[in-house]
Amino acid sequence: MAALRQEYNQSKIHPHKLALWVAIGSIIMMFGAFTSAYVVRRAAGNWLEFKLPDIFMVSTVIILLSSVTIQLAYAGFKNGKEKQYKGMLLVTAVLGLAFVVMQYMGWEALNQMGATFTVNPSSSFIYVISGLHAAHVLGGIGALSVALTHAFVLPFKPTLRRKQRFDLVVQYWHFVDILWVYLMVFFMLQS
Amino acid sequence: MAHVNPVAETLEDKLTQELGYDDHFHEHHHGDKFQSNFLTTYIFSTDHKIIGRQFLITGIFWAFIGAAMSIVFRLQLGFPEADLAWLRPILGKWIMVNDAGIGKLDPEFYYALVTMHGTILVFFVLTAGLSGTFANLLIPLQIGARDMASPLLNALSYWFFFLAGVVLFLSLFLSTGPFSGGWTAYPPLSALPQASDGSGAGMTMWIVAMALFVVSSLLGGINYITTILNLRTKGMSLWRMPLPMWAIFVTAILGVLSFPVLLSGVLLLMFDRSLGTSFYLSEIVVGGEILDRIGGSPILFQHLFWFLGHPEVYIIILPAMGIVSEVLSVHSRKPIFGYTAMVYSMLAIGFLAFIVWAHHMFMAGVNPFISNFFVIFTLIIAVPSAVKVFNWIGTIYGSNFRFTSASLFGVGFVSMFISGGLTGIFLGNSAIDIALHDTYFVVAHFHIVMGVAAFFGMFAGVYHWFPKMFGRYMNETMGKIHFWGTLVGAYAIFWPMHYTGMAGVPRRYYDGGASFDAFRHFEDLNRFITVAAMLVFFLQVVFIVNFFYSIFSGKKLTVKNPWGSNSLEWTTPIKPGHGNWPGKIPTVQRWAYDYGKGGEEFIPQYVPLKEGEHDLGEGH
Repeated sequence: MAALRQEYNQSKIHPHKLALWVAIGSIIMMFGAFTSAYVVRRAAGNWLEFKLPDIFMVSTVIILLSSVTIQLAYAGFKNGKEKQYKGMLLVTAVLGLAFVVMQYMGWEALNQMGATFTVNPSSSFIYVISGLHAAHVLGGIGALSVALTHAFVLPFKPTLRRKQRFDLVVQYWHFVDILWVYLMVFFMLQS
Repeated sequence: MAHVNPVAETLEDKLTQELGYDDHFHEHHHGDKFQSNFLTTYIFSTDHKIIGRQFLITGIFWAFIGAAMSIVFRLQLGFPEADLAWLRPILGKWIMVNDAGIGKLDPEFYYALVTMHGTILVFFVLTAGLSGTFANLLIPLQIGARDMASPLLNALSYWFFFLAGVVLFLSLFLSTGPFSGGWTAYPPLSALPQASDGSGAGMTMWIVAMALFVVSSLLGGINYITTILNLRTKGMSLWRMPLPMWAIFVTAILGVLSFPVLLSGVLLLMFDRSLGTSFYLSEIVVGGEILDRIGGSPILFQHLFWFLGHPEVYIIILPAMGIVSEVLSVHSRKPIFGYTAMVYSMLAIGFLAFIVWAHHMFMAGVNPFISNFFVIFTLIIAVPSAVKVFNWIGTIYGSNFRFTSASLFGVGFVSMFISGGLTGIFLGNSAIDIALHDTYFVVAHFHIVMGVAAFFGMFAGVYHWFPKMFGRYMNETMGKIHFWGTLVGAYAIFWPMHYTGMAGVPRRYYDGGASFDAFRHFEDLNRFITVAAMLVFFLQVVFIVNFFYSIFSGKKLTVKNPWGSNSLEWTTPIKPGHGNWPGKIPTVQRWAYDYGKGGEEFIPQYVPLKEGEHDLGEGH
């Protein structure tokens, strides 16, 4: 109960950061529902087995890398290293776009090996789950482009407000990264 | 009626000045900039008090439509031979007029009416209308905040709800009619556009409306949780919060965790409908044509739907519980009985809500051994529910009870919750459910326990906080007519349904089961229910008239704290402006339920503890 009884102080977590955590919880429930449905449906039989195309492994490495680069950008921002901040942010955005393109190539590869969208729920699930994840990454790229505009249009000034806003982008970006790693591990354990 | 405590009124200013927290809010002129004209003040407002009222009035609009629909299908059930040609100007071709000039309700449209009644009441009225109203109005006022954590997201929450309403409303005018496969939207009726008239465009619009609605709920819920955790005034520890805050907090957590699961389920449904996947469809023949869908499972949708659907009923009832706790305590002039137990029982209900969903599916082919698990947890919900009922009765027991419209509806809520809760124990047993499922017994159960009870909680809240919303009182005479008529009328509608249900009369039948010889003798009872339903409907019109009349011409409020209540919302000016408090925010020194303590009638939350005095909220 100690946590529940905390007294008023100004150094509490910023409301927007907390709101993002709650939203992340909500998104986790959505993907939790999909993966649970996957498990339940798979146990019922009539399930097409196939191996995931290798390109999904490459995209996993790419998105993991982008988490490292955005962290470097954040460190650069905090330590006043403008070049590192701008450069790493740009690299992150490029890696993010590359990830989405690779997911698309992954779907093409799936399609070619006969695991089409409608042939069996086993493949339908892959498209729906990875597609929805890609949509969340695109949302992250949207947030990144706002951060990029800040970085390249506004003069470099690490104010508290800008730090808080950038922090939100970093938090969300790490989340979509970890979410994909979870999904990838899930698919590999299931197939 | 009006409670004047001159000592407290002046003490309040002094204490706010001395102990209040100065957040320099009024030094920045962000208030006026956004509220400069009619459009930004009343329509596209980001002020939580306006948004709360927008939710309430939109909810009233939908409640009227949803209730009117129920009157049309009750007419069909109670008076199947009656001539409904007079409804043609409103319902158009859905009333089929034969050569003799006798109008009959189109059976297809009967199902559409029932489906829309369910969707509207569950989601648009008792979710958005109830939590949307009171969460928005009360959270910042009761915890001592200037506004929500994100006023913009808050406004978006309302406008997504509004948009969802527009889409659903438009679907009523489709030539093929709105969706007609039941509010639960089970496939295959919902998954195959060719399955029925309403499964085409009607279902598409239903899905779009629900998706918008889920977005609205999530934006609202995220905001409510963040605001309660983050923006409480100095001294307002969680254990000093008034119970509506706890209720809304638990409700918002349930919503944020369960609505995304519904969205997942509905998304898969969309792919089945439009892109040819087979998540829910398997070996199916429609109109003699064999479809090439294989391998899906309709039960999967039921699992996803009820994983939201069950928490949803607590999303509906928990805010009502919180409101009633506050209203009963204030009007009993006694501290709420068992504050801590009230909080823990809400947390317990919130937790159990997630592990009982399959009790909606006992007869859907779920493994009976798995059913056992769900039976046990379902019955355990009776324990925290009984704790709450005991505490409400403990609160009013031996009190100097004020019989106002608000407090009467509070007591009515407790009555309804007991009556409806007891039948839940029947239905929660999977063995008894074999006989009772899909009968009018189920209809009676859920209407009393989450329909009527939640409405009573909402009415209690509206009568109680109307002075805070509009600076005027509602008319008490009309309020009491509304209460007694609705109490007696609601029991008259739903009590007989227990008997027809136990006799086996199935629900969802256009003729109310009259085509079965065994059920023909319930004709009189059905007629009685329909007459009672019409009377109750007209009593709600009394409420609506009272509501809108009182906004403009009700008795004006002359004191800040008309009910002599302890919580912070009554320390704001009679018509609070942007930022709620004109100067400093009051700080909180004690819990919200010090009524009749140490010879004082009530001690508001901003009054410091006396030396050696024990704070009852923190000290559990």
